[in-house]
Amino acid sequence: MRDVEQKMIERAAALLQNGEVARVVGWKKGEFYFDPAPAVFETVDELKDFVYNGFCGANLSKYLIKVSKNEGKTAIFMKPCDSYSFNQLVKEHRVDREKIYVIAVECQGKLDIEKIKANGVTAVTNVEENGDKVTVSSLYGETVLDKADVMLGKCLTCKGKTHQAKDEDIILHEMPAPANNRFDEVAKLEAMTEDERFAFWKEQLQKCIRCNACRNVCPACSCLKCVFDNPSSGVAAKANDDRFEEQLFHVIRAFHVSGRCTDCGECSRVCPQNIPLHLLNRKFIKDIDGFYGEYQAGETAEGKTPLTSYKEEDLEVSDVFKGEGK
Amino acid sequence: MFKIRKENLNDLYAKISESMGLYIPIKKAGEVNYHVWGEGKEVSLETLKTVRSPKDAFFPQTENMMKFKTEGKNIDIIDVRDEKRPFVLFGVKACDYKAIEVLDKVFLMDPVDTYYKARRDAITIVTLACSKPEESCFCSVFGIDATAPCGDVTAWLDENYLYWQANTQKGEELTGKVSALFEKGGEEEVKSQQEQTKTILAKLPFATLDLSRFKPENLNELFNAPEWESLSEACLGCGTCTFVCPTCQCFDIRDFKTRDGVLRYRCWDSCMYSDFTLMAHGNSRTTQMQRYRQRFMHKLVYYPSQNDGLYSCVGCGRCVNKCPQRLNIVKVINTLGGKKND
Repeated sequence: MRDVEQKMIERAAALLQNGEVARVVGWKKGEFYFDPAPAVFETVDELKDFVYNGFCGANLSKYLIKVSKNEGKTAIFMKPCDSYSFNQLVKEHRVDREKIYVIAVECQGKLDIEKIKANGVTAVTNVEENGDKVTVSSLYGETVLDKADVMLGKCLTCKGKTHQAKDEDIILHEMPAPANNRFDEVAKLEAMTEDERFAFWKEQLQKCIRCNACRNVCPACSCLKCVFDNPSSGVAAKANDDRFEEQLFHVIRAFHVSGRCTDCGECSRVCPQNIPLHLLNRKFIKDIDGFYGEYQAGETAEGKTPLTSYKEEDLEVSDVFKGEGK
Repeated sequence: MFKIRKENLNDLYAKISESMGLYIPIKKAGEVNYHVWGEGKEVSLETLKTVRSPKDAFFPQTENMMKFKTEGKNIDIIDVRDEKRPFVLFGVKACDYKAIEVLDKVFLMDPVDTYYKARRDAITIVTLACSKPEESCFCSVFGIDATAPCGDVTAWLDENYLYWQANTQKGEELTGKVSALFEKGGEEEVKSQQEQTKTILAKLPFATLDLSRFKPENLNELFNAPEWESLSEACLGCGTCTFVCPTCQCFDIRDFKTRDGVLRYRCWDSCMYSDFTLMAHGNSRTTQMQRYRQRFMHKLVYYPSQNDGLYSCVGCGRCVNKCPQRLNIVKVINTLGGKKND
């Protein structure tokens, strides 16, 4: 991955130097190998902190809403899954495609430091990636783990290695094939009885601390001001109240982004309580596929979407309610 | 000093629960947080950091304050506070214990917050020394000894035993209730564990953070530092850091309209939120950079300037672990405070 990172820094430097772009959106190194943060680079000098490694799981697309309002063109590095969110933002006129220069970068699947620590490794000082193994150094010793066991949840159900938007690419090695298994977890939920399913979600959503990280990171949640933050909306809800989190907030949010959610998995990645929020969205995606034919949000930046267009053969609402999809 | 075999801890929990509530780290749906103990619950004292800090026990995230009942032109104010039953907060780490001192200074100063005080008075705190600190820990920077926390009782845990040392009157009373389960001894084991832990603590990557620039006299210089822009640029404006923080203390008071009146409640607020301290004229902080700066200036400059130099960060490292975009107070301290050996 070091060679990919090197190439990315070279390209970013060249684009900044020749004035083609005013800024580059990427990842900046942190205190450790495993805590890079999203960052905007405006000078070649700043690129000394640029990093691209197995811990660059964050989806950068949403930052373009704000950054692209600035003067000049913005270059952004995108993993395949990030490019779906980007297209969706362009489609919704949140980001002006003309002002963005997309550099597609290869992705071998990203790692989750929490999963690494869940293997009993703590006081981690360094992580090294070697193919399908991950070597973790800590103050208590060294541990070798299987990469597949410590990847981000969203990478275990990778929906493909094809970038859906790009102006150029930096792909130096072959990328693993898509997982094609993302509805397996949904099927498990569907197989439960209503009571079991209610109990599952009740237990999970009881953990919610109402930090709003899921909403704020979500590229589909791009409202300038959320109704739940707006004291004038009459439905502002800041209190962490079990009844609201369990029965309303997350379900309302899932409805609100349905048909637009690209399944980027950021909601579950950022949840401090590890609530599998993506399963709510994925259930809607599966249903929409069943009711209106297969559809992947963010595959293109144009065209109509199943929930915002009408066709005569569309299901009646009553059929949808009865779950009589195709 | 007393000790009890690990396999008998359930008896200890049951005994305490006979006469008092017991809040203890419990694993539920995969995550460990403080919950009320009951038979069959999965206690996890080995977990170094609960997701939420134990502050919920006396400063709950949401709390009803009073009710207003209207009938014609009459308004009745109904006190919804109930008598607080004594309870034990079990397994509090040294950093989280220090955080209670930070909160006490805010809530127990004049005018005393009686809601907070009622719960605080009802608690007996059993702290638990750390034996396996991790890379995000930096309590030692704030002068905290993770191997010897205070509290009403201090406990240590090793592979075989939990060791128990009462420190206060409340601690002695609790010990009296459960002493039949204990045997004497443990001084040697505790001492050797402490020594081992201290060698790890000294090697932790954040053990050398330099706080010397974070002083009231540098307030303006720190406030106006250009680095805040890049430090905060990835901030999502979510409330994760504030809600997992053991010292964050801000709350909002809101009224909820009921059928025949109003329920007044308070809930944790976050300086990261766009409607934080919203006033009639608008908001005093309009950008995320300003909100972000507020949080760290409060922890490292404003609070200590009003509390004899006591920082309102205790180095628990929860924000280091939990920030979705990996921003945190360590990055702030290193960027604005200057790295040692830099």
